[in-house]
Amino acid sequence: MAGSGKAHLRSEDETLIRVEDLVVEYDVPGGETVKAVSGISFDIKAGETLGLVGESGCGKSTTGKALIQLPKPTSGSVKHKLVELTGLSSEAMRRRRTDLQMIFQDPISSLNPLRKVEDIVAEPMKIWGPKDKTEQKEMVDNILDSVGIDPEQARGKMPHEFSGGQCQRISIARSLILDPEVLICDEPVSALDVSMQAQILNLLEDLKKKYHLTLIFIAHDLAVVKNISDKVAVMYLGKLCEVAQSDELYERPVHPYSKLLLDSCPEPDPSITIDKAVSDDDELPSPINPPSGCRFRTRCPFATEICSSEEPQMQEVRPDHYVACHHPLV
Amino acid sequence: MNTTVVSDAVVADANTSASPLLVVEDLHTSFSIPRGEVKAVRGVSFELEQGKTLGVVGESGSGKTVLARSIMRLNLGNNVTTTGSAKFRGLSILDQPPKSMRQLWGNEMAMVFQDPMTALNPLVKIGRQVTEHVRHHLGISKKEARSLAIDLLNEVRIPEPESRLDSYPHELSGGMRQRICIAIALACEPTLLFADEPTTALDVTVQHQILNLLNREQETRDMAMVLVTHDLGVVAGRTDETMVMYAGNVVEKTSTHELFNNMQHPYTEALFRSIPKTSERSHTRLTAIAGRPPDLIDPPTGCSFSPRCPYVQPKCREEKPPLIPVNDGSHLSSCWFPVGTEENKAAFRKNVAEGLPQTLVVEEALTDNSNEGSES
Repeated sequence: MAGSGKAHLRSEDETLIRVEDLVVEYDVPGGETVKAVSGISFDIKAGETLGLVGESGCGKSTTGKALIQLPKPTSGSVKHKLVELTGLSSEAMRRRRTDLQMIFQDPISSLNPLRKVEDIVAEPMKIWGPKDKTEQKEMVDNILDSVGIDPEQARGKMPHEFSGGQCQRISIARSLILDPEVLICDEPVSALDVSMQAQILNLLEDLKKKYHLTLIFIAHDLAVVKNISDKVAVMYLGKLCEVAQSDELYERPVHPYSKLLLDSCPEPDPSITIDKAVSDDDELPSPINPPSGCRFRTRCPFATEICSSEEPQMQEVRPDHYVACHHPLV
Repeated sequence: MNTTVVSDAVVADANTSASPLLVVEDLHTSFSIPRGEVKAVRGVSFELEQGKTLGVVGESGSGKTVLARSIMRLNLGNNVTTTGSAKFRGLSILDQPPKSMRQLWGNEMAMVFQDPMTALNPLVKIGRQVTEHVRHHLGISKKEARSLAIDLLNEVRIPEPESRLDSYPHELSGGMRQRICIAIALACEPTLLFADEPTTALDVTVQHQILNLLNREQETRDMAMVLVTHDLGVVAGRTDETMVMYAGNVVEKTSTHELFNNMQHPYTEALFRSIPKTSERSHTRLTAIAGRPPDLIDPPTGCSFSPRCPYVQPKCREEKPPLIPVNDGSHLSSCWFPVGTEENKAAFRKNVAEGLPQTLVVEEALTDNSNEGSES
């Protein structure tokens, strides 16, 4: 993994979002730089769901935020419908963000605790939507209804009167009120119970069909990502490891890191034998000073000399299945 | 490490090898709050033998953490009431004064908590946190304690243990902090370990390692372990027995293998169906559990799962089903219409015909997925 390259990109006019060589770096005290995202490229077709999966600290949330230029990436290109977003003025970007919306991990803290639900959901319309109050109210009611919240009951209530799952529904309603094209979901179900998680995942599938959405779904839970995604990209320490159709990737992972992730995933089936070997604490290397060559080599059982000297490039191992690895498991 | 068990006097001669290590009977815990009495645990009974593992599974609010804390006597505050009995090696824990509990904590029974970030004191170096209670229980010198701490950190596979002893918690990763918490819990060689969602805050790869570590320690020390989790995947390969809790009650309890192969309670089935699995194709429709867990101040009469159950019948709303053995005797379940029976199928058909929302949700997902299956 830990590789670069663009072999997996499709032709530009087929795609709604196209990201090339995206780099996001932060300066931290002491004159050091955190290399959160180091040159990743991917694209998304209209109506597709792309899953971004990886451990915490791999840069998946940073990537999601960089798409809507919050903050602007250090370098690289992000194109939405062939328009380069990195070059837009803040005003032009502000206008474009109505098409690119985001929902977050913690549904309770992403809603203002002092405001009523109707005001929270109507807020984006105060700036962009119809100015007519009756029309606004109608739109709020419609959207609340389609996320499974009864508008009659919910309208005047405060966020603390709702459960985590309901708060996530309300923040989904807020993100959809301006009828966006792309919804970036940053770990939207990680803070929820399994039963709420299933409800929200089903809801996102339904809304995707109803509103013709394109989803970017960021999560660390592999089973969740597989369930919702058409295509999955595995990230490690700011780089892409493997990109493939969801079913293909889970059936035949070829990157050692994807394999490690899948093997670690607890399956609700007691007849599966678990590899119970106890290993040393192997931590994610620091993104301030990432390993040379392939970034995964320090944890990879197949690493050889070439892995430290040369960064692997994306290559097609099977139709529409790309991997950046010197020793893919094929 | 050798242990001189200071608490032998407390545990007294009740330690007969025939009786299980832990026997809990009809345990109730409630919290009084201004709005009323929150009945968090409502009559839980179970036994745990030395060296065995018990998984406790349920949604948040099902009472699994309160249960563990009640047995550990960690529910503090004047508004808590615990009744029933919990016997550890024959000793009635609920009647012990706090002073005797101090002899048991760490020494005989220990706990690993969910959030390794907050379980450690941010102002105290790792070395002191690992050995504080060891020095209290075993009365050893600082120097001996330090070498014991190095052994422990080695055992939980923390690289360079010596230098880590002088680190503060914020200098370590989440996985490493949880390893430290495990080292603390194991330091005095307890015979009973409660692990309360020990991996929920961690990444999958780290979760895998931490569970492996807990499993190995539990086996080599012949320690009994209660693994509390909301994730059926976590209990699947790692526990001998599993207890499913809902609204403060045990709804099903049996060997883990039997539970997954022969689910009896509709809640267990619903919980299992609602989780996405990597073995299923992408876009498989999940069977979400309709509604929310009940208000524990005023739980429903009858079966507490009845408002969300796809098989609910009038009897379920009126009469609470007892936790009784099914077929082989060790498999307990509390349901009037157990999954797989003819009565259950009839109840489902009846509810579909009546258009009961929670039944239609299940019906819809089942048809949806079987259609997709035939297409592909």
